[in-house]
Formats: sequence, C-alpha cells, structure tokens
Amino acid sequence: MSAYLTAANRLRIVKIEDIQQETPTVKSFTFKDDLCSKAKPGQFIMVWIPDVDEVPMSLSGISPHACSISVKKVGEATKTLHQRKIGDYIGIRGPFGNGFRIGKGKVMVVGGGTGTTALMPLVGSLVEENFKVTFLLGAKTKNELVSRDRIQALLPKVAGRIDVATEDGSCGSEGVITDLAEKYLNNEEFDMIYTCGPERMMYKMLLLSERFQTPLQASLERLMRCAIGICGTCVIGKFRVCRDGPVFTGEQLSKVKEEFGHFKRAFNGRKVKL
Amino acid sequence: MRNRLAIEIAELKLTNPTMLAAGILGMTGASLREASVWGAGAVVTKSVGLKPREGYSNPTVAQVDCGLLNAIGLPNPGVSEFSEEIKEVKQSETPIPLIVSIYGFSTSEFVKVAKVAAEAGADALELNVSCPHVRDTGAEIGQNPSLVAEVVEEVKKNVLQPVFVKLTPNVADIVGVAKAAVEAGADALVAVNTVRAMAIDVETTRPILSNRIGGLSGPAIKPIAIRCVYEIYREVDVPIVGCGGVTSWRDAVEFMLAGASAVQIGTAISAKGMGVFKSVTRGISSYLKRKGFRSIEEIVGLSHRS
Ligand SMILES: Cc1cc2nc3c(=O)[nH]c(=O)nc-3n(C[C@H](O)[C@H](O)[C@H](O)COP(=O)(O)OP(=O)(O)OC[C@H]3O[C@@H](n4cnc5c(N)ncnc54)[C@H](O)[C@@H]3O)c2cc1C
Ligand SMILES: Cc1cc2nc3c(=O)[nH]c(=O)nc-3n(C[C@H](O)[C@H](O)[C@H](O)COP(=O)(O)O)c2cc1C
Ligand code: FES
Repeated sequence: MSAYLTAANRLRIVKIEDIQQETPTVKSFTFKDDLCSKAKPGQFIMVWIPDVDEVPMSLSGISPHACSISVKKVGEATKTLHQRKIGDYIGIRGPFGNGFRIGKGKVMVVGGGTGTTALMPLVGSLVEENFKVTFLLGAKTKNELVSRDRIQALLPKVAGRIDVATEDGSCGSEGVITDLAEKYLNNEEFDMIYTCGPERMMYKMLLLSERFQTPLQASLERLMRCAIGICGTCVIGKFRVCRDGPVFTGEQLSKVKEEFGHFKRAFNGRKVKL
Repeated sequence: MRNRLAIEIAELKLTNPTMLAAGILGMTGASLREASVWGAGAVVTKSVGLKPREGYSNPTVAQVDCGLLNAIGLPNPGVSEFSEEIKEVKQSETPIPLIVSIYGFSTSEFVKVAKVAAEAGADALELNVSCPHVRDTGAEIGQNPSLVAEVVEEVKKNVLQPVFVKLTPNVADIVGVAKAAVEAGADALVAVNTVRAMAIDVETTRPILSNRIGGLSGPAIKPIAIRCVYEIYREVDVPIVGCGGVTSWRDAVEFMLAGASAVQIGTAISAKGMGVFKSVTRGISSYLKRKGFRSIEEIVGLSHRS
C-alpha cells in the first residue's frame, strides 16, 4: 500500500455476519472491519454490490467487534442488498466524512425516518459521556419508527427521555417531529441540537435553531460518486458533503440557505427540487 | 516586489502556476470559486458537451496502489445550462482565469459547445480530446492527429479565446499529436489526461468500475506525464501545462524542468485537501529563492539544457 492516498479508501470485501429486520422497509447488516470499528459517529461508507451499484450508507453501529449499516429499501441497489443473506459478501470503502462533534451539556437529538439509524452511534457516545438527552423520533407511521426500542433500552443509563411523533398518529403525538421539537424548545433551553432525516425536516430544524439560538449539527445526503472530495457530485454551495460533511453546523448551513432544503444536484449536475 | 510565481500562458495571467484539473470539483460555479479561494492560479471546469449526460453508474472510482482509477463517464448538464455556472465564476469579486473544458462527439459539436462557453464568459477553452473511457469522443479523437487538427482548426475559427488542447498519453507517438494540434492553431497544450487502466477484485472476481475500463491518475502516472511533457517541449513552441500526479512542490518543479509552464492538480486533493494549491505554490517559491531563480520562466525546460 502506498502511503499516498487515504488508507480508508481501499476497497475491502466483508462478510455479512448478521441481518436484522428493523421495520418492514429497513434491514440492518452487520460486518467486521477494523477501519469502520475506529469510525466516528456520523461517518459513512460506500457499499459496493458487485454488478449492481455502489451507494453511500451511514454506519448505524460502530463497535470494536462489529459494525453495521441500516438500509431502507428504495431502489435497485438497496433492493438487491435486502436480498443478501448472512454469509454473503459486500465491498466497502471508508469510513468517510467528518462525523458529529460531541459537545457538552443538555442535548436534543431529532431523527426523522431512516435518518434515525445514522444517529445511533452518536446516541451511543452521548450515553457514554452521560449527557442529558432528549430524543425526538418521527416517522410516517408506527411500523416505520426505527431504533426506538434500542434507544429505550439505553435510557436508564442517562438522564434521558424519548418522545415520538407519527404523521398518522399511530404512535405518540400526531404530526411532524419538528412541531414536537418546537414545543420542547419553547419550554426549555438546550446546548445542542443533533439531527438527521429528510432535508425539509432538517431545514425546519435549522430555522428553529436560529430562532431559539441553539447550535445545530445536521447530517446531510447528496448524490455521491468518489466519496473522497474530488468528483464534485455531492456539492452544496462551496461544501462537499462527502468531505466537509456529511455533518454541518447550523452556521455553515445558513450560508447555503438558497440550496439547503430547496434543491440538490442530479448525477448530470442539474438542479433538482427537493 | 515582482511576483516570482506569476506566469502568463496563452494570454492568461496567472498569479501562481497551479490550476484545478478538469473534472475535479468543477461541476458548479460555487466549487470552482472555492478552488480559487484555496489558492489555485486558474480553474478548469468539468468537461461539458452539447447535451446533458448522466455518466456511468457507480462504482466510478476505485483506488489502486499509488493511484486512482475513474470512469465517471463525462456527466454534465449540457453547455447551455452550464453557462449559469460559468457566469457565477465570472461574477466573483476576485476573478481568476476560468478555462472551460469541452468535449464533442463530432467537430461541429465541439464548435457549438465552444461558442456557447465562450459567450458565457470562458477566458479560454480546453479541448478534451483525451477522455479514455467514453466512446467516440475523447481519446478516439485524441489518438488521431488529423482529427485533432480538424477540431482545433474549426474551434479556433469560431472563438476568439485561447484554445488549450488536452492530450492523451494513450498513444504511441504523443509528439505527433501535439505537433498536429499546434500546427492547427492550439495556443497551449495540457499533458496529460488519465492512462487507460483497469482493476479486478480478486475476492468477487468482478471488475470494480461499472464501466470496467477507466483512467489511472495520481502518483502512478507522474513519470509517464513527465516523459510526455519532456518529449513535447523539444518539438513545439507553445506553453505546456503539466498534469498527472502532482502532489507536492517537487512534482510541480519536476514538470517545469521537463518543460511545463504550469501544472494542473486533481487526484492529490483527495489526500492533501484543498490546501494542496498553497502548499505546492509555497514550495515552488522557496525552491526558486533557494536556487536563485527570479521567475518560473527561468526553470521551464531547464532539464533540456546541457
Ligand atoms: C452520506 C449518506 C448516508 C446515507 N446513509 C443511509 C443510511 O444509513 N441508510 C439508508 O437506507 N440510506 C442512506 N443513504 C441513502 C442511500 O445512499 C440511497 O437510498 C441509495 O443510494 C439508494 O440506491 P438505490 O439504487 O436503492 O435507489 P435508486 O432508485 O437508485 O435511488 C433512490 C434515491 O436514492 C438516492 N441515491 C441513489 N444513488 C445514490 C448515490 N450514489 N449517492 C447518494 N444517494 C443516492 C437518490 O436520492 C435517489 O433518488 C445515505 C446517503 C448519503 C449520501
Ligand atoms: C474523478 C476524475 C474526473 C475527471 N474528469 C475529467 C474531465 O471531465 N475532463 C478531463 O479532461 N479530464 C478529467 N480527469 C482527468 C484529470 O483532469 C487529470 O488529467 C488526471 O486526473 C491526471 O491528473 P492528477 O493525477 O493530478 O489527477 C478526471 C480525473 C478524475 C480523477
Ligand atoms: S462524492 Fe465526489 S466530491 Fe463528494
């Protein structure tokens, strides 16, 4: 190996050690990889499904013995992944990106849909550092609430609480998660908001963080090819999501407000409305 | 004091001899501007054509020992839509030379794209006749001296801006192609584009890139690129821009000694970050000072002198 290019970018073939059905549309895949075991919460990897595609996936579990990704079935690549069995192989490179910065004090973690899985390693770190944590989880419906049980299981370890909103009211309060977040922000002060989920949701969280003058960290998604900051596919304003992100501060996002929450780039570079 | 690092290439005035290479981050106006903020002396855009192109599906890049393979497949929004990005770069308060890289599937397409890019504000055009992984454009043209001459001549007839021609190393005689380009009117040459290459994963037995074959960049191709610049410098008298594996100031100086007036940087951004433009520039500057040279011109082609 040359010392030149990033060591993390080397392709490794790993065996799927375990598969968990999280919701009707989300499966978690566990594998072993030394580099991923050293990843920071919020980092992602590129997952290669030979002859099909290579797609970015956040690490949803990071531990010395095993790591995982949690995959929502949305198209060809993710459908093929869902058909993979324990013992099958996938290619990975990474971890890439910056990850979350762990602050101090009283924090709010807002997860929307599958985005919640990308917050799980962060939640693990927060719990270890013994923060006061408020978890707000949102989904369209009860069946699609990911990670709720896992977070619930961690709660006794921290000064934490969990609150849920579903759009159809099948669990927790009826409505969108940002309304719930607003309610909490109206009543209490927080030192940091962490969020991952649909971009329109995160955009609303940005506006709330500005209104309540609370720092924000949000994990973004853009189309990706290289994941090492050279191809330009993932850009939002002057930032590269794969390299400067995927986690951005509220301050950074306020500089790209015409773009964040409004449009992204297609594979051909054209602007696409969100 | 005079800026030791300033260099003029085909009428373009650069405050330093580092450029962002074509296809590296150059998809949007904002990211091209960012490269200039980080210290690039000029920026080259992603190669754009007449119509939008999706590019290939992933994997489009694969790392190999001492280099990087890519077959992105020339994705771009088409030159009309890309004009907005060109204008955005030109609106910057501190404009730097903007070179628009273009490709076409025929000579007339090259001409059409060139006109739109020139109209939108390109300071120069770089003809990509050297992409190793898209059929019927790029290297299929760049491997044929008379086709190269035809494209250069027609583009030159239709735009006033200087025309750079980016050469492919995937030929037996790069000097022949270089001379054909210059005789047809090229104002500068860029050497080189990526080297046709491939990687297969032994565990899964599959070729890694979705397009199977791609182009190799990074340190692995530097000695090839140096040889190309060296050979071309002896035979042509237009400026040459060196490209391929530049990672440190030493690489840049080596290209200059071979005959390059400036260098383009691509793959190194993945390892060194955007700071690479400044670190290379600073290194060249100290080298010139240490060796008592007053300008870059003094070292261009120095290795040829006996
Ligand atoms: C940093 C990052 C982290 C992600 N983490 C997760 C995760 O933890 N779990 C999860 O289920 N999904 C995650 N995604 C989204 C995931 O990459 C897409 O859902 C996946 O690529 C879809 O591929 P497909 O072929 O199944 O669907 P397609 O039908 O090909 O695409 C469906 C949608 O997925 C997105 N997509 C497709 N290809 C790419 C690509 N190369 N890069 C980025 N987005 C793409 C596009 O928005 C597209 O419209 C993440 C994306 C990014 C950028
Ligand atoms: C991801 C990627 C995309 C590229 N896209 C283009 C392109 O659109 N047009 C072009 O002329 N060259 C393109 N190139 C080639 C580079 O401009 C450059 O010639 C080559 O990478 C060698 O330089 P380097 O070793 O500094 O990267 C691309 C290279 C890479 C790695
Ligand atoms: S995916 Fe290539 S620059 Fe981010």
